[in-house]
Amino acid sequence: MPTPQELRNLKIVTKAFGIPDSHKLATYQKRGGFEAFRKALTLQPAAITDEVKKSNLRGRGGAGFPTGMKWSFIPKDAKLVYLVVNADESEPGTCKDRELLAKDPHLLIEGMMIASYALGCKHAYIYIRGEMMREAKVVQGAIDEAYAAGWLGKNHPAAGGGGTFNLDITLHRGAGAYICGEETGLLNSLEGKRGWPRLKPPFPAIKGLFNAPTVVNNVETIMNIPEILTRGGEWFAGLGVGKSGGTRIVCVSGHVAKPGVFELPMGITFRDLIYDVCGGIPGGRALKGVIPGGSSMPPLDASEIDVPCEFDALMTDPRIKDVEVKPGVPFDLGGGRKLKTMAGSGGIVVFDDTTDVVALCARIMEFYAHESCGQCTPCREGSGWLARVCKRLARGQGEPGDVELLANIANGIGGNTICALGDAAAWPMLGFLTKFRADFEARIQPKKIGLPGRAGATTEAA
Amino acid sequence: MPLEFSAQSKQRVERLLTRYPTKQAALLPVLHVAQEEFGHLPDEVIELVSRTLDLPAAHIYGVVTFYTMFHREKHGRNELMVCTNISCMLRGAYPILEHIEKRLGIKPGETTPDGVFTLVEEECLAACANAPMMICGDDYFLDLTPEKVDVALDELRRRSQQQQPQPVGTKTIFGMGPNGAKT
Repeated sequence: MPTPQELRNLKIVTKAFGIPDSHKLATYQKRGGFEAFRKALTLQPAAITDEVKKSNLRGRGGAGFPTGMKWSFIPKDAKLVYLVVNADESEPGTCKDRELLAKDPHLLIEGMMIASYALGCKHAYIYIRGEMMREAKVVQGAIDEAYAAGWLGKNHPAAGGGGTFNLDITLHRGAGAYICGEETGLLNSLEGKRGWPRLKPPFPAIKGLFNAPTVVNNVETIMNIPEILTRGGEWFAGLGVGKSGGTRIVCVSGHVAKPGVFELPMGITFRDLIYDVCGGIPGGRALKGVIPGGSSMPPLDASEIDVPCEFDALMTDPRIKDVEVKPGVPFDLGGGRKLKTMAGSGGIVVFDDTTDVVALCARIMEFYAHESCGQCTPCREGSGWLARVCKRLARGQGEPGDVELLANIANGIGGNTICALGDAAAWPMLGFLTKFRADFEARIQPKKIGLPGRAGATTEAA
Repeated sequence: MPLEFSAQSKQRVERLLTRYPTKQAALLPVLHVAQEEFGHLPDEVIELVSRTLDLPAAHIYGVVTFYTMFHREKHGRNELMVCTNISCMLRGAYPILEHIEKRLGIKPGETTPDGVFTLVEEECLAACANAPMMICGDDYFLDLTPEKVDVALDELRRRSQQQQPQPVGTKTIFGMGPNGAKT
């Protein structure tokens, strides 16, 4: 087992950072590229899925679903299977996949080759966010290089597979819609439609892209696969904490001295992250709160930062307060489960005590209102309503009852929509109200009562 | 005469069609090709794409209006996408946006009268560690200050006067950090 210091320095998916020309095939091969794929070809496809299961690799796009389990949902007798890599990174505060795509696209390609071999996929797609024009060119360049060298396409001799393994990879550019990061919205978009999420079931593993069984994985998730093959699932699982294997990439932004994208041990706490890795808060100011995994996740307040930045800890650690609908009444996640927060996409946004949290929350609500796809009424109408009331409060024009109104709207959205975008608006709304209620209440104008034209008495009505 | 793709675009469309099992799946990439060639996607272009892919124009219209990067109106040669989402907001994105508005004399969604710039207030552009930031095509402008904005706008204006396409990866990027800790 690596020592804590070794673990701190261990890089799996960010190995290429800092290497000149790291995006080129020649550089990648010099670094031992495609060795893991060669090893994969000596194994049975099912053995690879088992290895990924053993590794405790969890989806790095936001939900943290076990990757090996996702793969094992593909029916054994499926003739046509698709692998789709979700590179539609757009969760506010998240900037890891863009870096990974630009710096090590061949690691992604090798990961896709191994995954495709395990899944029986012959044509894989990378759905890249439309705005990432530079990265799209880099990735397309890498794909072209891989074709030219015989790694992709038909009968590649370089792989030593004797022509038994063929894979095509197509890069597909989105066109500006956050909702296409939702896996079924992504599939619809890839099929040439509006990016409207689909009702589940059927899940993509049964009926996905072009109605065929499909696995959708995040960029970072797939980029972990070659190392898992090389060093074994057990080794990878051993690096992590509990049921979360491997390292964790975090993108720290906001009020820290040294923001950046870092690959760190899974168990690192937010305190270490902010004060050690990122050099603390500029100007020696005090911490107000942290958004732990992209803007859709309920924030932590300054008293909750000793929790590790790990999937299960953020959902269950007793040091994190339950998100409430109103004081003393926890939000019901379904079946009586309570909501704390989630590790999400690794987008960590730090804000200090000078921050106007109401304005911050209003900006988040504005984002989800803008990005709601419009299919489900609670989300389409509710997210805009949340944004309008939040903005009113942020302007200092809040009305008595606004805090309760926000909680009610959010509670009406949560769990009542086809996809998680509704929750993505509702959860942080309730989270901000739970942790920073006083900031919201301070924006309410006392209601004037009395006869029109007379100076009425003011009171904290409602 | 109905509108046609140039020979080069036609070739690109042909290649795209080999990458998907259905013609419809090529819609987004073909719309990108069309917008690159024609600048925007008015009815005639939608009809051209409809003929090319055997898809109802109404379906294409629905798709075009769903995605923010497809536009029905003419845009400036440089589309300035300024992020104002939370990470950028916390580090002063709104004053930066105001500075740009003042410099260009336009609001988000508008185009300068000379057609050089269209200003867009964007959602998170995934460069949060270098906030505040904006992009223009495949150029990133990072860790923005009003001074850096001025330099960027002058450079973009100069470049669009030259009208010369720049090779990928050679353009100015501000805020390039060491060892990949930052973009």
